[in-house]
Amino acid sequence: MQFGLSESQEFLKDSARKFFAGECPSAEMRRLMDTDSAYDAALWSKLTDQGYTGIIFPEEYGGVGLGKVELMLLMEETGRALLPGPLFSTVVLAGSVLEAVSTPANKKKYLAPICRGEARATVAILEASASWNPRDVHMNATNGKLSGEKLFVSDAAIADFIIVVARNGVFVVDSKARGLKISPMSAMDLTRKLYVVEFSNTPAEEIGAATDLPRAFDIATAALAAELVGGMQRTLDITVEYAKTRKQFGKPIGMFQAVQHQCADMYLETESSRSAVYYAGWALGENSPDAATSVSIAKMYASDAGRAVGNRGIQIHGGMGFTWENDLHLFYRRAKASETAFGDATFHRERIASMVIDSGSASAKSA
Amino acid sequence: MDLNLTTEELTFRDELRAWLVFNVPKDWNEWREKPIEESFPYLRAWQQKLHDGRWAAVSWPKQYGGRSATLMQQALFWEEMARADAPPMANSLGLGLIGPTIIACGTEAQKKRYIPKILSAEEIWCQGFSEPNAGSDLAGLQMEARLDGDLYVVNGQKVWTSYGWVGDWCELVVRTDASAAKHKGLTVLLVDMKSAGVEVRPLRQMTGESEFNELFFRDVRVPVENILGKVNDGWNVAMSTLMYERGSYGARLHLIFKRYITRLIELSRTIQRNGRPAAEDPLIRQKLAQCSAEIEIMRFNQMRAFSRITATGVPGPEGSIQKIFWSELNQRLQQIAQELLGSYGQLLSGDIHAIDKGIWSYAYLRTRGNTIEAGTSEVQRNIIGHFVLGLPRSY
Repeated sequence: MQFGLSESQEFLKDSARKFFAGECPSAEMRRLMDTDSAYDAALWSKLTDQGYTGIIFPEEYGGVGLGKVELMLLMEETGRALLPGPLFSTVVLAGSVLEAVSTPANKKKYLAPICRGEARATVAILEASASWNPRDVHMNATNGKLSGEKLFVSDAAIADFIIVVARNGVFVVDSKARGLKISPMSAMDLTRKLYVVEFSNTPAEEIGAATDLPRAFDIATAALAAELVGGMQRTLDITVEYAKTRKQFGKPIGMFQAVQHQCADMYLETESSRSAVYYAGWALGENSPDAATSVSIAKMYASDAGRAVGNRGIQIHGGMGFTWENDLHLFYRRAKASETAFGDATFHRERIASMVIDSGSASAKSA
Repeated sequence: MDLNLTTEELTFRDELRAWLVFNVPKDWNEWREKPIEESFPYLRAWQQKLHDGRWAAVSWPKQYGGRSATLMQQALFWEEMARADAPPMANSLGLGLIGPTIIACGTEAQKKRYIPKILSAEEIWCQGFSEPNAGSDLAGLQMEARLDGDLYVVNGQKVWTSYGWVGDWCELVVRTDASAAKHKGLTVLLVDMKSAGVEVRPLRQMTGESEFNELFFRDVRVPVENILGKVNDGWNVAMSTLMYERGSYGARLHLIFKRYITRLIELSRTIQRNGRPAAEDPLIRQKLAQCSAEIEIMRFNQMRAFSRITATGVPGPEGSIQKIFWSELNQRLQQIAQELLGSYGQLLSGDIHAIDKGIWSYAYLRTRGNTIEAGTSEVQRNIIGHFVLGLPRSY
């Protein structure tokens, strides 16, 4: 048993970190967050050259064919860089849904352009209830047409097509389809924009059954937890650096235990989240029986930890932490958005409860 | 990353599992509840049996009676012991802490003299570290050892000594140079507890039992050949022991905690809350789920730490997160047990209405010690702050 990264995994993580530090430093991230879509075509083409747009997909569709642990590592680094734009929506979310539900022909049609970096996409799930429970999806397709409203759809304005989760199936809607209206929602996270997507008798192509979605959503959920880990690590790094240099009462504030112990807790929360995310990635890759539970464990823990680490980081920065120019609040905003997306900690605790209490057997596999 | 067991790990586990099936005593349940003074010969016999099968100290090098087990195999050992519900070993400090320190720092003569009897539980070891005025600030300890010819004359007091009452030998940290900086003037002595001038008193703790002792030393004479390591290098010798303590502690806890939570989930199906089983109460469900999840995360953290130690060779300061995590998790776990059991939670062993023979009231009180023993949570956070994150020392 080896719960450390292999040499090639270390290499991937390391090169992703360097790539994002070079291509999307803080100034660039801030420039993009002030644009309407937070999307940059030049950056997207560089992400494609790195193979990130096809990272986990089969080579026959132009993907790189890496595993779920590798996806977690990439997402950890995008989280550390607070990468703006539709990588999560397009690759992790839409890509995983296409892989899970669609036929080979539709994978060629929709997944392959994603892998090649030619198409952006997203998935529309939530409705007015904002509930992540699949029971609360009410939209129905009638004669290949969709009507109604989806909320909180990430990166919809720059998507070439939108995958829509309806009660009676999973559908693809072209961005130029008639009766489609996309309007921005004004939300906390400035780096991943959210939209209202309205359909009125909009033509939609059915690509699969909603019953095949859970695995794709588990991958997306774990990936968000991985992104949270990256955000936590960056927040911790920035905060420790600040605690070493900022002086009050003639000493670096990091010398005071009230500050030091908060930093220690940030470290504990970050590392524990990372352990849970790597395990979830491994379990997803192995199709292990505890994959779904371990995804919920990771998302539950990282959702709470992401917020806690952000709270501590801002507090330790004092007045500086409360300013717009300090980056911490940008990570904090993303952490809040990712905390609620695909179910917050309370949602996943209930999901764990249904697996460990109601099933009558402890779920997680013991070696 | 590959979380499947290797062939060597599977072989090791299967051999142990098969051995345990035939050798774990069937009557352990009758002994479990008895006072340790009464069950101690039973635990000695069990350790002797494990030693006969060469299972008493799997982490030790083969030449000293171990199996040179990897960390992952050691983790498997504790998991299997817990899974088989095997009794603990009598000489747990000797096997887990003092033996490894003697192997690492001792002379050939010392290894020959002490190691075999640690393994066979013929000689039980205790640890004389903490003093009334030296707890977290261990290096401030005052027990004096004055050189007199080829003897040290030892005076002072130790406290929180586990197994003091039954100890044949003690790994004792003493001050041999009062003029040196506090970390520099310490030496570790191996002391025969039957020496004249050693007095052992029980220390009654908040649970009502006495796991620990106070030791009083009055002009106790210790030959110089009983120095472990070098004179005035006792801090390093003692620290290498504590690293083992923090490293090996966690492995067995996963199954123990899992047993607790499984039992609580089972109880939640029959305990009523607001006119329905507690298992259907949303708040109770949230809390049980949180705890189950954290128990798994504790294991993931441990597995990652073991892999890291295997790669780097030494337990590092990151081990402090394991100590914080398990001790605080156990406190949360026992708090949930109390919430679930309500009024029954307070009943002590022996009360006819007590659930599970009163283990929950005991465990609740006992977990207060978890964040204090083996380095307080505050000390662990200092270690992370300074040694892991590189913040300036706060003291």
